[in-house]
Amino acid sequence: MLSILRTMWNVLLHTFHKRVTIQYPEQKPYLTPRTRGRIILSRDPDGGERCVACYLCAVVCPVDCIALQATQDENERRFPEFFRINFSRCIFCGLCEDACPTYAIQLTPDFEMSEFNRENLVYEKEDLLIDGPGKYPGYNFWRVSGVQVGGKGKGESENEQPPTDVRRLLP
Amino acid sequence: MTSPYPFAAIFGVLIVALTFAAALIWVERRLLAVWQDRYGPNRTGPFGLLQVLADMIKIFTKEDWIPPFADKPVFVIAPAVIMITVLLSFAVVPFAPGIIVTNINNVALLFFLGMSSLGVYSIVLAGWSSGNKYSLLGGLRASAQMISYEVFMGMSLMGVVLLSGSFDLTTIVEAQRHLWFFVPQFLGFVLFLIAGVAESRRLPFDLPEAEAELVAGFHSEYSGMKFGMFFVGEYLGVLLISSMITVLFLGGWMGPVLPPILWFLIKMFALVCFFILLRATLPRPRFDQLMTWGWKLMLPLALANLLVTGAVVLAFR
Repeated sequence: MLSILRTMWNVLLHTFHKRVTIQYPEQKPYLTPRTRGRIILSRDPDGGERCVACYLCAVVCPVDCIALQATQDENERRFPEFFRINFSRCIFCGLCEDACPTYAIQLTPDFEMSEFNRENLVYEKEDLLIDGPGKYPGYNFWRVSGVQVGGKGKGESENEQPPTDVRRLLP
Repeated sequence: MTSPYPFAAIFGVLIVALTFAAALIWVERRLLAVWQDRYGPNRTGPFGLLQVLADMIKIFTKEDWIPPFADKPVFVIAPAVIMITVLLSFAVVPFAPGIIVTNINNVALLFFLGMSSLGVYSIVLAGWSSGNKYSLLGGLRASAQMISYEVFMGMSLMGVVLLSGSFDLTTIVEAQRHLWFFVPQFLGFVLFLIAGVAESRRLPFDLPEAEAELVAGFHSEYSGMKFGMFFVGEYLGVLLISSMITVLFLGGWMGPVLPPILWFLIKMFALVCFFILLRATLPRPRFDQLMTWGWKLMLPLALANLLVTGAVVLAFR
């Protein structure tokens, strides 16, 4: 009986506690930078597209919401001809971001993307591409990878030794 | 001392009671939210007050479906019974001097007890006519619970009747001019409060609907305004029990400075808040615990209270 009264008193004291509700449209909650929201495609610091159209994101996507087509530019550098994300299917699991070898595809803390028409939730490449490098400011895949691509030869990448001359006899 | 304008009193009490019962939906949701560190409905209108209106529009325009396996006439009558009995009980409540619908001398209290006993038919018939085992279980529980709590509800009031020497509610209030019966009849007050919660099927004793076990108990099959009538009937029951406790134990309209009707409303609203606090705090007991409590604890206590009060009244006569 006493415990019932004490419980009621404790519940009554909650009148003066701080509310935990965040009044959403007026007050915005703090979202951490790693929040998994709207997906973007980032660019490297030089302004080039990071995406190399390797299809890993499309393969790992559990709901098959990513579609793309690879192509090559005049320097034999791969990039996506089109890149399409259907956000009405996307479950924001972040697996595409994990799979991406070039940090191109990233999830942002923006979640306010409601639409009245379902078709408007299909984002094309120009909707996805942003101007900056996203969460990884200094990273440029083409400058650190050992791949030979137009304008950059073998051994010219950062932290890379020049290729060994296989005909030399010295160790 | 009946009101000089009977129709004005009838419509006044009817409209005020129904408005308060509807507003209680909002009050309850806001208060429950406050005690759970939330805000509750605060979007529709100032402080979310128009939520009541929105709910009413919704419930009036919902499909009113009668299941094919239901016993149709009984199914339709059941929700009306609870509204009628509760609203009829309001006829004998003296809100303030002169503000009373009908003054049935000497039987007002018995009339209230009788009407609250009739109210159980609504629940039982609803549970029976729904043709659904969960509804039937709810109805059975309701009948067992209401009958067993009815007994000591009446017993706990006999102390008040002994002290004031009347079944007339106005006389009972007048008898509390110097000392509210809350003090000499504290045990009776507690017993009547518990019985009142059980009679209005509020949360610690809401076993007839027990959504965790019985879907929604006796009103599982009800929709639209029929469900709305059970809903409003429950809130009206809360209002009725609160006003009866005010009249019987808290001195009715008695109080300094403020006008009598305001004192009555303040006391009633405090009790309503207490009812909601009970709901926010206490879990639901098991059904056998409920029955054991009623018959083995409450009834003997009420009888002892009656005996002691009678002895004291006799000794001081």
